[in-house]
Amino acid sequence: MYSQGLRDSKAGEDSQELLDAFQVRIDNEEKIEPRDWMPQAYRKTLIRQISQHAHSEIVGQLPEANWVTRAPTLKRKLILLAKIQDEAGHGLYLYSAAETLGESFQKMYQDLLTGKAKYSSIFNYPTLNWADAGAVGWLVDGAAIMNQVALCRTSYGPYSRAMVRVCKEESFHQRQGYDIMIKMAQGTPKQKAMAQDALNRTWWPSLMMFGPSDKDSTHSDQSMKWKIKRFSNDDLRQKFIDATVPQAEYLGLTIPDKNLKYNDKTGHYDFSEIIWDELFDVIKGNGPCNQQRMDARNKAHNDGAWVREAAAAYAEKQNNRKEVA
Amino acid sequence: MQDYVQNLADNTLILGQRLAEWCGLGPFLEEDLALTNTCLDIIGQAKMLLEFAAELKEGNETADDLAFMRDQHEFKNVILVEQPNGDYSQTMLRQYFMDVYHVHLYQALSTSTNQKLAGIAAKSLKEVVYHLERSELWIKRMALGTDESFQRVQASLDKLWHYHHELFEETESLTELVKQGIAADPNVLKQLWLKDVNALLASTPLEIPQKGWKATGGRKGHHSEYLGLMLCEMQFLQRAYPNSEW
Repeated sequence: MYSQGLRDSKAGEDSQELLDAFQVRIDNEEKIEPRDWMPQAYRKTLIRQISQHAHSEIVGQLPEANWVTRAPTLKRKLILLAKIQDEAGHGLYLYSAAETLGESFQKMYQDLLTGKAKYSSIFNYPTLNWADAGAVGWLVDGAAIMNQVALCRTSYGPYSRAMVRVCKEESFHQRQGYDIMIKMAQGTPKQKAMAQDALNRTWWPSLMMFGPSDKDSTHSDQSMKWKIKRFSNDDLRQKFIDATVPQAEYLGLTIPDKNLKYNDKTGHYDFSEIIWDELFDVIKGNGPCNQQRMDARNKAHNDGAWVREAAAAYAEKQNNRKEVA
Repeated sequence: MQDYVQNLADNTLILGQRLAEWCGLGPFLEEDLALTNTCLDIIGQAKMLLEFAAELKEGNETADDLAFMRDQHEFKNVILVEQPNGDYSQTMLRQYFMDVYHVHLYQALSTSTNQKLAGIAAKSLKEVVYHLERSELWIKRMALGTDESFQRVQASLDKLWHYHHELFEETESLTELVKQGIAADPNVLKQLWLKDVNALLASTPLEIPQKGWKATGGRKGHHSEYLGLMLCEMQFLQRAYPNSEW
């Protein structure tokens, strides 16, 4: 179905003429569609980025699902289930968006299971108390929205359209997370302590979600030029901090950064240097839950093998029967 | 009446809680979504039924109090729904048994003389018809799919068959409610259930086990050991931090 686009981009070096014409389309804010010619590196970058995004949605189910069976009220249980279901749905249509670039779902999923593919480092941290279910919505989904709102205008059509839908649901997720935080922060002293603890543990990993600092980001320049990315990592991170600090103040919680201070001159909050070694370490697979998350995904996949085989065998038998008839 | 609604409410709550354990861990992505969706519907039904059960108690208890602050002997669900998920065949067979039951139950209750119950049943019926379509197809897929899937679903049938009897137990108070046109007649439900389940099983090589314990007791609060453990997890926050708003 996408053979034309694939043939074009795989046929040796991309010619300068084609590259220039492509850049003109990007500069004119045209959306690139699956059948259009695109540079090999553009396709490769998008497959990497969209599949990583899809993997993040799928692995991201796990830390929240950790609290589904312990959600404290029926309403919270229903909301959390619906939210996790949304995340799985996001994963599905992001995989579909990546498939329009010629990569198969099986290949992408296999890369996740073998550890070859990456996903957002935030999901390698544990959710230890109920307020984490709130902090994940408030901070993790809040940070994701900052990224994803920008991606609604990304140059690749299917990705951009998927993001419009994802953002609508993510803003609901963010609000429900903040709602949990309000209840916890304004609750009993023990509840407030849980809320503060969750903020302490989630704050820095949330800031790391925007990726390395611009000066160290390997993929940034070309992605900006092709308008895959519309804002730099540091700009989005700053925007997130500026939006989130007043929300923490409203909750009466303290952000764990003694250097956090509003700067009148810049109109932004100053903050401490992020401990980048931690981010790179978690990305390499050395976070607190990397092994646990991958074990869980692999176990689900392996335990489900006979179910998938049964469904395939049944479908084949039904087809054979139809052919005979 | 309260006892009757409590039984229906607890069946859905405990089944929903078991399904929630699968969240994020389904055999493949689409199935994960579908199962969580079923779980959402069923806990939604539990919420409506528990709110009604709380109303009928005429005290200060809320639906959440009934879900999170009762001990296991106060739960009135059938023992079938508290059985562990096991493998996917066990989860789906338990689901299939409950789906067939719920379709006929809600169909009958949608004309109940109790308006509230009729309303909940009519709304829930739309959901469980879809659930049944799915679980029935899964039983067929497993029974007629591969040798392994057949053996697994047969083993689940050997294990779970004995639990269905409890769904149709008669009590004096239930007979009275049936007379008043409030509750569904358990004998009629049993005939409908057996007809559907036998028809499906007859279309497969699955065999109904001939011997075994006939589960009973759940509706009186005499449960299996599994329920207490499940409640420890489900009720943890409300128990550890009582009198809190969530």
